[in-house]
Amino acid sequence: MLVLIGILIIIAGFLLRFNPLLVIMASALATGLAAGLDLTAIVAAFGKAFNDTRYVSIVWIVLPVIGLLEAYGLQQHARTLIGRMKGATLGRLLTSYLLLRQAMAAVGLTSVAGHPQTVRPLVAPMAEAAAEAKNDALTDDQREEVKAFSAATDNVGLFFGEDIFLAIGSILLMKGVLEGYGYIIEPLHFSLWAIPTAIAAFIIHGLRLRRLEKRMAQKAMGQEASA
Amino acid sequence: MITLDFVYVLAGLTFAAFALLGLLDRTNPRRFGNAAFWGLLALSMLAGDRLGDFGNGLLVLALVAIAGTGQIGRAPGGDVPADVQATRAARHGPFLLLVALIIPAVALAGTFLFKWIPGLADPKQATLISLALGVLIALAVGMTRLKPPPLLPLQQGRRLLDAVGWAAILPQMLASLGAVFALAGVGEVVGDLIGTAIPEGSLFGATLAFGLGMALFTMVMGNAFAAFPVMLAAVGMPLLIEQYDGDPAVVAAIGMLAGFCGTLMTPMAANFNLVPAALLELKNPYGVIKAQIGTAVPLLAVNIVFIWLFAF
Repeated sequence: MLVLIGILIIIAGFLLRFNPLLVIMASALATGLAAGLDLTAIVAAFGKAFNDTRYVSIVWIVLPVIGLLEAYGLQQHARTLIGRMKGATLGRLLTSYLLLRQAMAAVGLTSVAGHPQTVRPLVAPMAEAAAEAKNDALTDDQREEVKAFSAATDNVGLFFGEDIFLAIGSILLMKGVLEGYGYIIEPLHFSLWAIPTAIAAFIIHGLRLRRLEKRMAQKAMGQEASA
Repeated sequence: MITLDFVYVLAGLTFAAFALLGLLDRTNPRRFGNAAFWGLLALSMLAGDRLGDFGNGLLVLALVAIAGTGQIGRAPGGDVPADVQATRAARHGPFLLLVALIIPAVALAGTFLFKWIPGLADPKQATLISLALGVLIALAVGMTRLKPPPLLPLQQGRRLLDAVGWAAILPQMLASLGAVFALAGVGEVVGDLIGTAIPEGSLFGATLAFGLGMALFTMVMGNAFAAFPVMLAAVGMPLLIEQYDGDPAVVAAIGMLAGFCGTLMTPMAANFNLVPAALLELKNPYGVIKAQIGTAVPLLAVNIVFIWLFAF
């Protein structure tokens, strides 16, 4: 029971907006102590895990390329492209990206797109430009919402596409855990049962993107009067 | 054969360059903190396997101390002016897009190539290795044609990373916390608690507890992978699969996806929810989560109904 103190520290720390790195460290130390580990063992366990999960942080190597391209105007170009496409509305653009991301993830290509690689340099500026085509006076809050939805669309597409792929980590995990209970199941069965949810995710998020488009097309009330 | 070590060396050199350039940036009042932070991360990438577990632990403590006491920050300004960007975009636009697409294209091609032709690269890490190769190729192509000042990509990359700040290592930190939780047996305790809270004899009640439990425990742990074995042991296996004879493939597959709905709603899944907010320079660090709740909640309900419909 006492080991749950780490979870309490995490929740309280995030709610009170302490620096998350401090919160995580405090949680790890408290949990380890509650479980009867000594301090050096906890620090070593954390260090080992940190070293084993370094692959999580290697995505930042794309930044020099993104920085170079942005300095030469990649974001502007992405905006111009959308401006030229007559039918490219905010809803259609993000829905197409959602479908593309789900389809790619479903065939195992999860790291091909992502927040540093595609969302920041391409998808978000394109979405902003598509929103501006309908409403040239986007407020800061509206602009922020368009960007947030660009990132959200990437996540929804990834999460509800990747489990259709046979060799993804989560499927191997399910297979392994069920085998521990004596159930031998082919990975294909897990894949197939991920499809109904993938379709539901596309419909639900797609409808929300349409509503976002409508909302962004409305100019803020009294904006011109106050400006 | 190319292995993940090649990618770690590349990442280590990149972080080392960021640290050095950060140290030389006199416009940044926190330049020493930045240099120490990225320098330690470079050390971890380059020599982590030689530091030992306790050494790595001390390295993490130092990173947390630097970031937690507010010693890192970004230099003001440094943006290329908008009109300069616009002129350059008009001239180089299509080429820039092409270079941007080199990274995903090489990641895609390499993933298949390395699986077809064994011996070139570690097939288990094919995509990450291909991603790194894509970065190098894109950089070479971009530099050849655009002829920028030689340090420009690293300087601009450093500015982007400084904008993300300490959040850059948050995902790795949370993954490590998960390992400590596992060591302390947190999962079993939570599973026992949830297992005792389910009403007897209600199939829908048990399904609901399983789906909600997956989502909630995923929100706490930031990761559905950590929640799955716990919830399966507490509810999925004894009740849904054994007592009510549910199809294990359905219970597992859709239960995992119910967990993914939780991932959309938690700051603990930092790489998906907090890092993009920093990367897109949103004012609200929880802006991405806010945008996702409206999708996650109905989708969670759909998943619970799907388990109930399809498993029994």
